[in-house]
Amino acid sequence: MKKLLLITAAISVLGAPLVSQASPEDDLKAFRGYFMERFPNVPLEEFANGVYAIDPASREQWEAIEEFPPYEIAIDEGEELFNTPFKNGKTYASCFRNGGIGVKSDYPYYDTEKGQVETLESAINACRTKNGEKPLKWKQGKIASLSAYMAYTTRGQTIDIKIPHDQRAVDAYEDGKRSYYARRGQLNMSCAHCHVDNSGNKIRADLLSPALGHLSHFPVYRSKWGNLGTVHRRFAGCNKQVRALPFKAQSPQYRNLEYFLTYMSNGIPWNGPGARK
Amino acid sequence: MQKTAKNPRVAIGALAIILGSFAIAPGVVSAAEASAVEEGKKIAFHRKKGNCLACHKIAGGSLAGNIGPALVNMKARFADKAKLRAKIYDATVSSPNTIMPPFGKHKILTKSELDKVVEFIYTL
Repeated sequence: MKKLLLITAAISVLGAPLVSQASPEDDLKAFRGYFMERFPNVPLEEFANGVYAIDPASREQWEAIEEFPPYEIAIDEGEELFNTPFKNGKTYASCFRNGGIGVKSDYPYYDTEKGQVETLESAINACRTKNGEKPLKWKQGKIASLSAYMAYTTRGQTIDIKIPHDQRAVDAYEDGKRSYYARRGQLNMSCAHCHVDNSGNKIRADLLSPALGHLSHFPVYRSKWGNLGTVHRRFAGCNKQVRALPFKAQSPQYRNLEYFLTYMSNGIPWNGPGARK
Repeated sequence: MQKTAKNPRVAIGALAIILGSFAIAPGVVSAAEASAVEEGKKIAFHRKKGNCLACHKIAGGSLAGNIGPALVNMKARFADKAKLRAKIYDATVSSPNTIMPPFGKHKILTKSELDKVVEFIYTL
């Protein structure tokens, strides 16, 4: 109970000035402005490259890695899966606009019929179940490969997430925002503590990446994982690092967080799948 | 630091013998304190415990982060040792928006571990 009170208190203290009045448009302006001021030599589109946008030393290594990208096999696997018909003869292409090519930019969006945020991964699994197939596991493996292929065909488009004039959509956005600024876990840290307040600072030997542009490059191949993972896998990893119990992949909490954070990356190019440490 | 680490262990042996029947003599206390400083340093540097180097530069530690201030001149910055302890126990009391974890309040460190860390930090 004490913990719960503490968390509520933390949310109200931290969230109040940010959560209450501002519209998503105002939030975006302030959020982007903060990072443009903090890193005045980094052009907006460069924030798609995470920590490599602000650190020349690690950027060199990263560029070397990108010459033979570790996610390439996953893109190929994803393409093959994408084009392999289900038992009913249909393919993933039947479920998406434009046959599923270059449509990662449609996600996440607020689905007014379902009353929740739809993500690319949730749309992939919805496509499977609609066609009589079992859903895939959420965080890695085939779903990450499919997502990687779809992200790859979307490269070069600009992130342009819309928050429709529907109170439920705004609520989902606000929930994601609150989540981003709320302290959690035994270490009592919010996402923003590291990736807003201390972006560009070092936590031990690691440079903290700026939150601006964070959602451009998923799914991501992390050297630490040795394979590809979805953004919800990454969220869970962050939660664990502050010793908080992670939410489930595709839980409302993570869907809303993805909604908020992707909106905050509006104006930055989609460049997934990415490679990170 | 390495040199002082050896003597206190001998002193602690002596302390164990003495403790049963005597009040703690001044000489023994200082040896115990030296030992607390050494133990505090280990706890402070341990990644799963204090992990102070994640954010603070500390003499004797490598690859320190730069999120918080370097831990130097601690006696000048905290004339009252209790204030330093309170800061480590729950830094949000004095700095509501701090990133610093509340080591005591959230039981990241036990009371005894926290006391030792304070002893160590206060020598910096």
